[in-house]
Amino acid sequence: MDFVLFFLTAAIALAGAIAMLVARNAIHSALFLLLNFGAIAVLFLLLQSPFLFTIQLSIYAGAIMVLFLFVVMLLGAEQVEAAQDKLPWQQPLALVMGAGLLVIAVITAVRGGSNDAPPGGEAAEAFGDPASLGELLFTEYLLPFQITGIILLVAVIGVVVLNQQRTQAQSEETPGERPSSSVQP
Amino acid sequence: MDSIQIPPIDFRLIAPLLVVTTWAMVLLLVDVFAIPANRKKLTGYLAIAGLVVAGLVAIPLWDVSGSTFSNMVVLDRYSLILTWIFLIIGALTITMALDYLPRHGIEQGEFYPLIMFAVAGMILMAQGTDLIVLFLGVELLSITLYILTGFAYPRLTSEEAAMKYLVLGAFAAGFFIYGIALTYGAVGTTNLALIAERLADPAAETNQLLLLAGASLILITFAFKVALVPFHMWTPDVYEGSPTPVAAFMSVGTKGASFAALLRILVTALPALEPFWLPVLGMLAALTMIIGNLGALSQTNVKRMLAYSSVGHAGYILLSIMVVSERGAQAFLFYTLAYTLTNLGAFAVVIALEQRSNATWSLDDFTGLYKRQPLLALAMAVFMFSLAGVPPTAGFMAKFYVFTTAYEGGLGWLVLIGVLTSALAVFFYLRVVIRMFMHEPQGELEPTLDRGLSADIAIAGGLTLLFGIVPAPIIFLVERSLVAAGG
Amino acid sequence: MNWLGLLIIIIQSFVIALAVTTAFAYLTLFERRLLARFQNRVGPNRAGPNGFLQPVADAVKLFFKEDIVPSAADKAVYLLAPAIAVIPAIIIWAVIPFGCLNIDWNYQACFAESSSGVNNILQIADINVGVLYLLAITSIGVYGITLAGWASNNKYSMMGGIRSTAQLISYELALGTAVLAVVMTFSTLSTHELVYHQGVLWGIVPQFLAFVIFMIASTAEVVRAPFDLVEAEQELVGGYNTEYGSMKFALFFMTEYIKLIAVSAMAVTFFFGGWRFPGLEMLGAGMEELAGPVVASIAVGLASLGSFLLKLVGFLFLSVWIRASWPRIRYDRLMDLGWKWLLPLGLINLAATAVAFVLIESFVLASFMLLAFSLLSLAIAAGINRVPKPIDNVTYVSDVRSRAETGQ
Repeated sequence: MDFVLFFLTAAIALAGAIAMLVARNAIHSALFLLLNFGAIAVLFLLLQSPFLFTIQLSIYAGAIMVLFLFVVMLLGAEQVEAAQDKLPWQQPLALVMGAGLLVIAVITAVRGGSNDAPPGGEAAEAFGDPASLGELLFTEYLLPFQITGIILLVAVIGVVVLNQQRTQAQSEETPGERPSSSVQP
Repeated sequence: MDSIQIPPIDFRLIAPLLVVTTWAMVLLLVDVFAIPANRKKLTGYLAIAGLVVAGLVAIPLWDVSGSTFSNMVVLDRYSLILTWIFLIIGALTITMALDYLPRHGIEQGEFYPLIMFAVAGMILMAQGTDLIVLFLGVELLSITLYILTGFAYPRLTSEEAAMKYLVLGAFAAGFFIYGIALTYGAVGTTNLALIAERLADPAAETNQLLLLAGASLILITFAFKVALVPFHMWTPDVYEGSPTPVAAFMSVGTKGASFAALLRILVTALPALEPFWLPVLGMLAALTMIIGNLGALSQTNVKRMLAYSSVGHAGYILLSIMVVSERGAQAFLFYTLAYTLTNLGAFAVVIALEQRSNATWSLDDFTGLYKRQPLLALAMAVFMFSLAGVPPTAGFMAKFYVFTTAYEGGLGWLVLIGVLTSALAVFFYLRVVIRMFMHEPQGELEPTLDRGLSADIAIAGGLTLLFGIVPAPIIFLVERSLVAAGG
Repeated sequence: MNWLGLLIIIIQSFVIALAVTTAFAYLTLFERRLLARFQNRVGPNRAGPNGFLQPVADAVKLFFKEDIVPSAADKAVYLLAPAIAVIPAIIIWAVIPFGCLNIDWNYQACFAESSSGVNNILQIADINVGVLYLLAITSIGVYGITLAGWASNNKYSMMGGIRSTAQLISYELALGTAVLAVVMTFSTLSTHELVYHQGVLWGIVPQFLAFVIFMIASTAEVVRAPFDLVEAEQELVGGYNTEYGSMKFALFFMTEYIKLIAVSAMAVTFFFGGWRFPGLEMLGAGMEELAGPVVASIAVGLASLGSFLLKLVGFLFLSVWIRASWPRIRYDRLMDLGWKWLLPLGLINLAATAVAFVLIESFVLASFMLLAFSLLSLAIAAGINRVPKPIDNVTYVSDVRSRAETGQ
């Protein structure tokens, strides 16, 4: 039954990914990507990893795609503008190279002997368990964990910096215009 | 519930990194709450102080070596020297920016902590011995640079540069993480030393195909970051669009750090794959040297010219990387140091000539510079000579070092290409010099030399000459550095 | 997996899906009657005794309405949106423990820490990431509303959709911090174990601050009054569901109420001991002595189910009460509250929780310390956030007059 489920989910994931590329409407693309994320989440579940399943759902489906939709809707950028394609040879070339990459990937997967045991040894008993995952994060992967925090901090700073109105430019154009957000005493 | 046992951590080994990151975080707060808006230069000075402190903290570590954080980072003299180089890069960039930012109306206090974060990322790349840490170092550096390239954002070119760099950089990050995943699938570890161990172990069955795919993806990432030729398209646009100090920072910082990480990966993890990556990198190096220098030939925009020249220099550095020996690493360190000083100096001169509004960075700006600012023109001449590799400058010594090393390492044909393209490069570097000295000045263009820039140019020019005339001490230092190093 | 187990799960899912839809129907009646009482009206009392058949009448009415698809709408997404909305609202129930009825007739298994041998028929799935599952499903609940707003191709709907997206993203973080604090307190992510650990003290004692944050954030998550800007009738006609009619509208309506029940059930599970009540274990022991293990576990099951439902009704009553009492909050205030108050408070609470449980050995002592801390920080927050009363800057005619009279 796992086998059937796997192929079904994988097919849905693939179909979602392809449809996302083909769709002309950005919202439809986003929805197909969502389908793809959902299918991937189910694949994690089939790999006995409920933790990754929920994380995939809440981070990718619940946060990232919502922001995508939000931005697309705010900008009203659903329709791809029919701009003049400046590089008409690019698309066929990309298709050919993509096909080549696919062939290589398939060869790698087939020749690589997918039935070999993984080189790191069998998965531990508590593999994918949130507790053991947390323990790993705080012991072996402590440094990467902390650095990730710093990277996020930098990203936040970036958002703030790049969205700040330049004080000079602002004072020239609209002096002190700010929406009054609180009740003035 | 058992409590988690955190393994012992030797904080000494990452002391410079700790100093830089904590200082940057504290500086962010200080900048927001304590420094008034019209005195943001103070933030810059504090940032420089932080970098200096980190450099001083690193001095007692000269005789220390070891790894910590479950072998994720290592401290050896190789990484220590690189750390110092990166700290110098950061400090010089900040001095360049001190007056540049207010002059262009883009001064925001966050600029300086961001440079510090970028330096932290670079140090991490020099110290990392695990693919995950290297990836995070690359990302920390790149994300900071995405922000910094867009720092002049009401200017369209700056936005364009940030957008291009972000999109391509995101792809590169995807390649890197995919490469790491495939490598992990092949050998079951992300630790560089363990990868080499697994590869050397005949009993362990490793999936060669997967490993090759993973290694190529990782190579592609670094090729993108240092702008090797098929992956160099973004360089001129991004350098042109970003604020000039940031371009200067990128041209030396990203390159140095990425090459440092690449060297460590090649030496520590993948010596077994040498038959695979040697010809690939050889091709890339040849292409990079040729196309980088050819591209620079036709430029009339100084920033674009320097961008293409940095592409060309990436090819030369790659030569030293490919000789996976101690001498190769030494040549790499020396070249990086020389190139860093020279290129930062050249960019500083460009900043001095950059006017606020209609900055076109045209070569014409340099016409007759000698008549107006003889010292500035002399300094620029030194930088151009050094970039071209004319004695008695650091650039010459560095190129000489790299070429002899590569020749001894059996890369004769690449050395030939290198020498030929260097000769080609002399043409466009000298073009600038000729314009400065031989022509009469035309038009109104007063270079703006502030204290920071002057200091910058003086330091860079002086050291470039010094290393060119008496290279012995620095070569001695570099050679000593690798006695204890694994690389 | 054996087929019997699969069959049981299918039956459980079926029963729960039916139960929550029925609950929705009667919740509407409950709400309307209560609202009427709060507003000094009578409320619907004609269909059946005490208006008992009112939901049926509503359903019939909705069924027979004309089903329209606006011509400018994006057909596929328009039709899909109600389904996308209603699915998360129903699957969220999978990990909520309604009670504890052990089908191996061993009631003591309910009171054991390990959730492996429980075999609880009143909970569909006890997974080791149950709490995260709840959060994940809550987070994808926004899609239905957003897509409905977009697909209708109507600016009011669109505004509603965008508002909902912004609101849900903002409050999800606060909700997450509140739930995380509970998880830290009981150091488990399994809902069964959460309930087990609340045998000593209910979650509301150590996590009072988290409870307050959870109540506010979850009300915003299910876009109930006073956070119902998404469908603010006065400004947006009906918000995202303006263009929906007939059963498609009914699906949205249903989603909202089922989500409300679901977050109330979550609140009961996290903060009010789930199906537990003092003396439940004694009841089990007593019944076993009197009538054997089968009766004992059935009695425990029924009693726990009853206790859970009672608490649930309490929360629903509270929600209706809030709706009747509070006016709708202004949009910028909504954002302020979410980002500047709830999220920082939640983070402070996380830190305090961690410190308290590491420093203080005894769980009960630490809990009461945290309770004190919660009350203190809430008082401080309320103090800082005190909005000056409008009376401060109003000049009354009477004042002027009295001033004139005294000749000042």
